[in-house]
Amino acid sequence: MGGNSPCASCKLLRRRCTKDCIFSPFFPSDDPQKFAIVHKVFGASNVSKMLQELPIHQRADAVSSLVYEANARMRDPVYGCVGAISYLQNQVSQLQMQLAVAQAEILCIQMQQDQPLTHENHQQQNMISPHIDNSLLNPIPQLMNFASTSNVGQDPLKRESLWT
Amino acid sequence: MSSINGGRRCAACKYLRRRCSEDCILAPYFHPSNPHRFACVHKIFGASNIARMLQHLPVHKRAQAADAMAWEAYWRVQDPVYGSNAIIAHLQHEISKAQNELQMTRAQIAIIQNFQHQQHNQIQPNQQLQAFWALEDEPFVLPDLPHL
Repeated sequence: MGGNSPCASCKLLRRRCTKDCIFSPFFPSDDPQKFAIVHKVFGASNVSKMLQELPIHQRADAVSSLVYEANARMRDPVYGCVGAISYLQNQVSQLQMQLAVAQAEILCIQMQQDQPLTHENHQQQNMISPHIDNSLLNPIPQLMNFASTSNVGQDPLKRESLWT
Repeated sequence: MSSINGGRRCAACKYLRRRCSEDCILAPYFHPSNPHRFACVHKIFGASNIARMLQHLPVHKRAQAADAMAWEAYWRVQDPVYGSNAIIAHLQHEISKAQNELQMTRAQIAIIQNFQHQQHNQIQPNQQLQAFWALEDEPFVLPDLPHL
């Protein structure tokens, strides 16, 4: 805090770190890189305004998410977090398709069990569409044509969790 | 660049109340017809930051970068605490759910197929038995014995 050594933000900004410095709880002096990245992407004054508009108990989460986004943008200067989102959306689509195929297969098997396979009901099976779980439909807009320029999009979130 | 907009200022210069020069770096990506888009970007990133980030990119990548930053800014304005992270968390949750459901469905298929296979195997011995009893109807013929 401001009493002894300045926080990482005040150190970088070369100013006096006061007792009520809005950054000091979240940017300790032993991790200068954390604030440096956030400052580079968002700017100290923007981050300060964002934090001031939030209740105190939500600021830590906000800082964590800002750090995450800033890191993503540093890794992928074109797409940032959006590359990861696009990749995950594709994964959801692929899983939806695989699930539909598997559910159709179960339907076919069940129908074969109920009825011996004749020429007529073989054609009927091909016309049945399986039930698709609509909970997989995400509410966010599909981001078309967003591809990553770096490794972020290929394996964005398996290696790291959102919150450290 | 302002000639692209027919001499009008881009959304960025309009918002910042400045003259929109011909080489305004933001003009191609912030059309005056969508002022809200730049307002979000300005609130979260700041005009100078976004201009600097675009300047560091090759020209053919700038449109996509501007779109991506506009989306991130929009999500952050909608959710000031988590921003785009909330969407990522939601998608990760959906993927996990879908993977579990797929695993269960495939396990069901394996169980059904195994059961069917077992049923099929149970039928065959009966068929063999039927073939054996069918021999009753044919005359019994002694095989040729070798000469001793």
